[in-house]
Amino acid sequence: MSADVQLQDVWIRFGDFVAARDVNIHIKDGEFFSFLGPSGCGKTTLLRAVSGFLSPSQGEVLIGGKNMSGIGPNKRPTALIFQNLALFPLMTVWENIAFALEVKGMSKAARRKRADELLDLIALPGQGDKMVNELSGGQKQRVAIARALAAEPDVLLLDEPLSALDLKLRQHMRTELRAIQERVGITFIYITHDQGEALTMSDNVAVMSQGVIEQVAGGNQIYDSPETAFVASFVGENNYFAGTVRELNNGLAVVDTPSGVLAARAVSRNDKEQLSVGDEAYVFIRPESLRFSQQQELDNVLSGVVERQEFEGNFWQVYLRVDGSARIVTLSMVNDGHSVGYEVGSRVQVGCGSDLAVALPQGPMAAE
Amino acid sequence: MFQFWSDYFRKNGLTLGLFLLLSVAIWMLVMIVLPQLYMLDFSFRANVPPPQWGTDSHVYTFEHYQYLIYGNVNSTDAFNYIDLGVFGRTILASVFVTLIDVCLCYPVAYYLAHVAKGGWGRLMVMSLIVPFWVNELLRAFSFKVMFGASGVVNNVLVGIGILDQPYDFIRENVALYSGLCYAYILLMIFPIYNAIESLDKNQIEAARDLGSPWWRIHWRIVIPHAKPGITSGCTMVFMLTAGALAAPQILGGPSSLWFTQLVYKWFNNSANWARGSAYALVLLIACIVFVLLMMRIFKVRLGEIAR
Repeated sequence: MSADVQLQDVWIRFGDFVAARDVNIHIKDGEFFSFLGPSGCGKTTLLRAVSGFLSPSQGEVLIGGKNMSGIGPNKRPTALIFQNLALFPLMTVWENIAFALEVKGMSKAARRKRADELLDLIALPGQGDKMVNELSGGQKQRVAIARALAAEPDVLLLDEPLSALDLKLRQHMRTELRAIQERVGITFIYITHDQGEALTMSDNVAVMSQGVIEQVAGGNQIYDSPETAFVASFVGENNYFAGTVRELNNGLAVVDTPSGVLAARAVSRNDKEQLSVGDEAYVFIRPESLRFSQQQELDNVLSGVVERQEFEGNFWQVYLRVDGSARIVTLSMVNDGHSVGYEVGSRVQVGCGSDLAVALPQGPMAAE
Repeated sequence: MFQFWSDYFRKNGLTLGLFLLLSVAIWMLVMIVLPQLYMLDFSFRANVPPPQWGTDSHVYTFEHYQYLIYGNVNSTDAFNYIDLGVFGRTILASVFVTLIDVCLCYPVAYYLAHVAKGGWGRLMVMSLIVPFWVNELLRAFSFKVMFGASGVVNNVLVGIGILDQPYDFIRENVALYSGLCYAYILLMIFPIYNAIESLDKNQIEAARDLGSPWWRIHWRIVIPHAKPGITSGCTMVFMLTAGALAAPQILGGPSSLWFTQLVYKWFNNSANWARGSAYALVLLIACIVFVLLMMRIFKVRLGEIAR
C-alpha cells in the first residue's frame, strides 16, 4: 500500500517564531518527493508534522485522504528514518529490523523470517545476528531503511539520512535509495539541504526558505526556471544582475542593468508577483550558460576582464570582472582538451541567449 | 605491567603520580581494609575486656558465629530462631524496600531526564535534594509523628472516611517501610536519571514511530538502556537499607527488630564487640553475596555499574 500526502494551509508556530507558513502541498502516491532548503528553514518541522511528532498550529495533514489530526506517530501509516538513524544499540540487527513486527505481536519465527527477507533486500544477507555497532556507516544506513520498511508504511519519511556518510558512500546510497523506492513503490518524503541529493533522486522538489515553500516542481524545472530569487540563488551556481524592467513582450523581459541591457525569460511564482514595466528585477545567468561571444551573435553580451581561471578537470571555471558589476561573474566551460585561450587580464566579451537568462522579481537571496 | 606504570608516571609526572598513588593506597588501606580486617579478627576471638586484648586469653574461636546459628548453648532450640529470623526478615524487607524504590524512582527519573525541561526540571531536582538537608534523625522522628495515632495521615484518612478509627501504622511497620523507602530514595533516582538521560531521544521516537505503545518503549528501549543505573541504585539502596539503624530504631514497631539493632545491641548494651563484629560481618557478606547473585541473574557486569 502506498498513499498520497496533503498539507493544507499548514502553519506551525513556536511562540512568536513561525516555522512553517501557509504550506500547501500535494505529494502524489508513490512519488519520491524532497524538501530542499538551508538548515533552519522549517523542513524538518514539516516532516515531524507529517510523522505526527508535532501537530500543526493550524491546517491539516492528510495521508491517503484521511485527516491525521489527533493521530499519534505510532498510529500513522508513516515510518521515519532519523538523521542519526536511531538504531537500537542493545538489539541485534535482525531485532532492530523486526521491531515493528514485534510490536504487532508476530511470532518470533515469523519475525526472523521477515527480517531475513529484508536483509536480502538491503543486500546484507546473513548479518542479522550482528550487533548494530559492528556495522559500517553505510550498512547501518541500510538497516535503518529495512527497519522502517518492516513496518510496511504507506509513506516513508527520511530526515537527511545520508548527511553522516562520506561523499562516495553518499552518492552510492542515492542510487540505492532510489532503487529501493522503485522496488517497494511507496511514497518517499526526503528532507535535505543538499541540492545534489534532491535533484538526482526526486520526482518533485519543494524548495523552502524561512518556513515558506518557494517553489514545487521537478528537478530540472527548479534548476532551469526558478520562480523566486531565493530558488535561483540557492539551487546551483548563479550570476545575477540587478536592474529595471524596460519592456515586456511575450514573456520576455528587457532589463536595464549597469552592465548593459539584458533580455531574459520573465518568470514568477504567481500572477501577483509577475514583473511589469518599471519593476526592479534580477536577471540570473548560470555560469554554464555563459560563453565567449567573439564567434557568434548573442542576445546578451557582457564585457569584462578575466580575473582568474581554475581548472576543475571536467570543466574550466573562469572568473570575470564584468563592467558595471561589483560582483565577480563566473563562467564554466566544458574541458574539450583545449585550454580556455584567454590569459588572465585579457579583455573579453561573454554572453548568452535570452532563453538561458531568467528575469525574476527582486527578493531575498540565499546566504552565500 | 611495566609499560602501564611507565605510562602512568610519564603522564602524571613523578610527584603527582606518587601523590595520587599514595593517597589512594592510604584511603583504601586505612579507611577501608584495615578497619574491616580488625572487625574480622575480632569476630573470631573470645570476648574479653579490652585490657586483655592481645593477651593469651584473647583466643581464637568460632563461638560468635555458632551463637548466631545455634543460639545459646543452654537453649533447647536446634537453631537460634530469633536472630536468624531477624536476619532473614531484614534481608527480605530490604529487598521489598528496594523494589518499592525502583517502582517509585524510575518514573520520576524518566520524567526528569526526558520530559521536564529547563527550569522546571531543575526545580524538581532541587525539591528532591533540599529535604535531605534535614538530618536523618529529624526525618525519622517527623515520620513517627506523621504516622502516629493522631498524626496527619490518620487524621486525613479518618476525616475523609476511609478509616473508621486511627490505624497503627507504627505497629504494622508501615511507618518503618515508608521511612526506609524515603531515606535512600535519592541514591535510586540519580543513577537511574543519569542512565536515562544518556539515552538518545530519537530512539524513543523511533520506537514510537514504529508503532510501539509506551509500555513497550520502556520495556525494550529505556529499561535495557537504564539497566546499569537501575542496578547501581538497587545495590546502594539495598545495602544501605539492610545496614540502616536510625529508621528501624525510631520507626520500627515493638515486635520488629532490624538486624543492625542486634549488632548495635552486642556492641553497645552487651559490650560484646566480638559478637557484634561477627554479626556485622555476616550481614555484610550476606548482602554482598545477595547483590552479586542478583547481578548474575539480571546479567549485569560489575563494570557497568561504575559507568
